[in-house]
Amino acid sequence: MNHLPQAWGRPRDDVYGAYNPHYLPHSHGGHQAGHPNQHTQSPIVTGTSVLAVKYNSGVVIAADNLASYGSLARFTDVHRLKVFNKKAVVGFGGDVSDMQYLDRLLLSLHVEENYAGSGDVDDKESDVALMSAKNLHTYLSKVMYKRRSEFNPLWNALLVAGLTESNEPFLASADLLGTTFSAPTLATGFGAHLAQPILRRVVPDEEASKALTREKAVEAVKECMKVLFYRDARSMNEYSIAIVDKESGVDLKLDEKLEGQSWAFADRIRGYGTQTA
Amino acid sequence: MASLFSASLPSSDPSYSFNQAPTTASEPRQHAFYPYTDNGGSTLGISGADFTIIAGDTRSTSGYNINTRYAPKLFKIGGDGPNNENARIVLSVVGFAADGRALKERLDTVVKMYKYQHGKDISVHACAQRLSHLLYNKRFFPFYVTAILGGVDDEGKGALYSYDPVGSYEREQCRAAGAAASLIMPFLDNQVNLKNQYDPNSGPGLEKKPREAQPLPRETVEQLVKDAFTSAVERHIEVGDGLQTMIITKDGIQETYSPLKKD
Amino acid sequence: MPGFDFSNHNRNLALHAQGVPLPKATSTGTTIVGCLFDGGVVIAADTRATSGPIVADKNCEKLHYIAPQIWCAGAGTAADTEFTTALISSNLELHALSTGRKPRVVTVMTMLKQHLFRYQGHIGAYLVVAGVDPTGSQLFTVHAHGSTDKLPYVTMGSGSLAAMSVFETQWKGELTREEAVKICSDAIQAGIWNDLGSGSNVDVCVITAEKTELLRNYITPNVREQKMRDYKFAKGTTAVLNEKIITKEEISKYVTVQDIGDGEAGVGEKMEVDT
Repeated sequence: MNHLPQAWGRPRDDVYGAYNPHYLPHSHGGHQAGHPNQHTQSPIVTGTSVLAVKYNSGVVIAADNLASYGSLARFTDVHRLKVFNKKAVVGFGGDVSDMQYLDRLLLSLHVEENYAGSGDVDDKESDVALMSAKNLHTYLSKVMYKRRSEFNPLWNALLVAGLTESNEPFLASADLLGTTFSAPTLATGFGAHLAQPILRRVVPDEEASKALTREKAVEAVKECMKVLFYRDARSMNEYSIAIVDKESGVDLKLDEKLEGQSWAFADRIRGYGTQTA
Repeated sequence: MASLFSASLPSSDPSYSFNQAPTTASEPRQHAFYPYTDNGGSTLGISGADFTIIAGDTRSTSGYNINTRYAPKLFKIGGDGPNNENARIVLSVVGFAADGRALKERLDTVVKMYKYQHGKDISVHACAQRLSHLLYNKRFFPFYVTAILGGVDDEGKGALYSYDPVGSYEREQCRAAGAAASLIMPFLDNQVNLKNQYDPNSGPGLEKKPREAQPLPRETVEQLVKDAFTSAVERHIEVGDGLQTMIITKDGIQETYSPLKKD
Repeated sequence: MPGFDFSNHNRNLALHAQGVPLPKATSTGTTIVGCLFDGGVVIAADTRATSGPIVADKNCEKLHYIAPQIWCAGAGTAADTEFTTALISSNLELHALSTGRKPRVVTVMTMLKQHLFRYQGHIGAYLVVAGVDPTGSQLFTVHAHGSTDKLPYVTMGSGSLAAMSVFETQWKGELTREEAVKICSDAIQAGIWNDLGSGSNVDVCVITAEKTELLRNYITPNVREQKMRDYKFAKGTTAVLNEKIITKEEISKYVTVQDIGDGEAGVGEKMEVDT
């Protein structure tokens, strides 16, 4: 017992360590007076790569179901592909809480669009057009750019896959800095290093993408997911895959498993140097 | 950080999770977020007697990676509709692509609003000054871009303006910007402004007169642009994939694309 | 005294503290790979050397000789890969002479790792060591800090992930020589096209029990196209401030003067001209 009544029953620093109030607002001792507000300055729970390929009548997009906490494989059932409408799917890499914020933002946008338009109907004759993937990408990239300009970034790398207003395949990316670009194949994170070379061999340019079939596109993406599982330490063997097709709309599968893995190289490994048996 | 250390300092009496005495102010933590990146690439512009040419490669990079092999750095400003038809001004931006896009959209809006409010197209001269102001408006959080603006002036002559990221600008005959600017600019100085070249027939030794720069014909300029880029591709890793050029004359903008090496 | 000279170390620390930057070394940005096949081993490399974002050499050689049947592909600091392989090659020759046996790849690997470990990563050499010796065909990687790996297929350098994507999709247990050369050159090309640190041509080295084949510029997919204009300056474009003519008679007092055909350079003296 001590002579500080306000301390009675409170955790002692020598037992529990000092309380770290850094996340609290000014008024609660989180910041020293005159110090700046602190925003998310690094991602916490993160998702790894997202991949996508444009083919003759749509886009294939995939991301695994893992959310990592640093090097800990923390959540294994996190779906990182979000369907916006039958013309657009968004794939999220990076911070998962920021993904959930954006998902909520997309939901409210979807609701607004449904009030203004008429649900999921896409009819240009009657002047009721569905928001296209291109529109959605413009919107999201402006959200990302605005947040980076406020020094409060949304720590994500996004791929927007789907169709344009005229039902052409559309694929573009946006990241935490608001940087945007588009290509017949895209991959974020580790996928930019490992998957993009594979995808570019299959689809070197727009012409090749116009000649690519849906089956070949899915096959290429699945092959890449396998390579990423072999070599990306923050990946897993369960993944989500979505196909946005101008004929059949969105086909989203959330709990796919990798197939046909090969570990043939492993049986002949003997040590790392002079060892031979 | 002070709070972390206090727990491990040897002390006879226990401390608590609230302040008993005012603690010394800890230093504010350094912001880990850096709001800029460099997307590489190069642009260049040359003005002639009655035209201006602006060119840029189409590679977008981050680090040692290629984001895409086709990311245009040249934008038509003003004109009609979302595709800027009938535009007479071209803006090229190189540096941080997101800032470049934001800048292009601001200028495009300004130019379109000008026509809406005044019932006539903005002059290149006025547009150039407005662009300078857009850049300087963000003097303390700049657009990380080097801009080049091209068009045809009121007298029908080719007009080319180059900018620094905070709005200092100048009308010039030619300018290279971006990653390979230091490779291309000396070439342009020598071939367009004929720097370091003397007239062989103008006398011996020190009596020799420097060659006078003349506005170059369009074909020559197009060849110089192509050679500048194929050479920059050889020696700069961030330049390549494709070459986008826009030629502005009194009749409008002619756009072309040609492939560059992809390694 | 043998070894490195550290006498400028303290001075350089002081300069560095005053803000003088470190000198920039030429790095071989690089994609290098190696792959075992039935009866031998293949290594391959791209040919781009960079200094920051500038291409320092468009056609450099990254495949280094160690012994007739042992070769090494190098990534990292160009000077370090060059000198480290030369040093080990030299010592290995002496070792082979003193033992009277053909040198082994494990010996090279061990000498390299012990040398590199001693310098704690300051020697920036990242190597793929391959060869055929009396124990069979061998393939190793050695990192600058001294760690090693022994695998049937390996990649290194800034293009290692691009190259690995090819191995992870194309590699199989049994490979013929032709298949191994194809997979290695495809892996290098993945680096050339996708990694900015790699570029230009593909060099390949095939080592079998019988012989070693160095296929320099095995694939050249990046030949520069013809320039649009001719950039020859008219004679007299450069101002001449003063002129001094030394006649053949005068100079032949000091050196032997030999006439060669009009305007033609002597054999072996032709300058490489970038067209």
